[in-house]
Amino acid sequence: MSNAVSALQGASFDGYCKVEEAGLTGMITLRGDLASKGVAKAVKAVTGAAMPGQGEVTEGDKGRVGWMSPDELLLIVDHAEAPAIVDAATASLGDEHSLVVNVSDARAVYRVKGAACREIIAKLAPADTSVMQPGMLRRTRIAQVPAAFYLEDDETAVVVCFRSVAQYAFDLLKDAAQPGGEVGVL
Amino acid sequence: MLILECPYCGVMADETDLHGGGEAHLKRFGPGSSDDEFETYLFHRKNPKGVHFERWRHVSGCGKWFHAARNTMTLEVYGTYPAQTYEPPKELVAKIKKKHPEWGGYE
Repeated sequence: MSNAVSALQGASFDGYCKVEEAGLTGMITLRGDLASKGVAKAVKAVTGAAMPGQGEVTEGDKGRVGWMSPDELLLIVDHAEAPAIVDAATASLGDEHSLVVNVSDARAVYRVKGAACREIIAKLAPADTSVMQPGMLRRTRIAQVPAAFYLEDDETAVVVCFRSVAQYAFDLLKDAAQPGGEVGVL
Repeated sequence: MLILECPYCGVMADETDLHGGGEAHLKRFGPGSSDDEFETYLFHRKNPKGVHFERWRHVSGCGKWFHAARNTMTLEVYGTYPAQTYEPPKELVAKIKKKHPEWGGYE
């Protein structure tokens, strides 16, 4: 099999926040009844994370789990381990009506680092980023493309978008982080 | 700007996060219906000046369809509710009725 490469292979930009492509990241879509015990058990087993509530992202020893919609979770794990995790989750779910798919190579991930990371995203998304805290996840859009973001800590925001718009999303974040573009409200 | 609360995500999404789906609670007339019924189903909309029930999709968020009751004249939003229903919740209708006694009601 050919070598796995991330969308922009770690491109980065130093503005008043640092924008960098996160490199290879494992991402798994899990759909099913989030209220069921089977799903919670499978999620716990493969990531170590608890079931996230509405609009939350939880962290376990093997990855993060984000709440994407009332019937969809995003598992953020190690890229190389993703296929094995899909198998493990599928096995754990058994007969449960559910779907587990490895979407690692369909996504691009960026980290925005700096005290003004909320402001960078606020420039691009119609979301109220001032209320965002680590542990919260918001699915919205940045400029013209769908994206989700959450905070790893108070100064690191992670933005996830489709790989097909990776360059567009990077250019947007880069532009928003241009020195001299500080707004200073967030 | 129109801001609706998505009943699934609980976030206040503005209209650029949403996609409008037109009038809510239409009854479908498909194969076997009369031409008049089919025409009404396809083309005839209430298009009121005032209280209106609409379908919206949280397109760049959770992707789910939901319903919203709002005023087409003042843009006031009375409430949003999930799509798994054939008619607006009674509490919401009562709330709107209280606010606008002259409103003819849903139907």
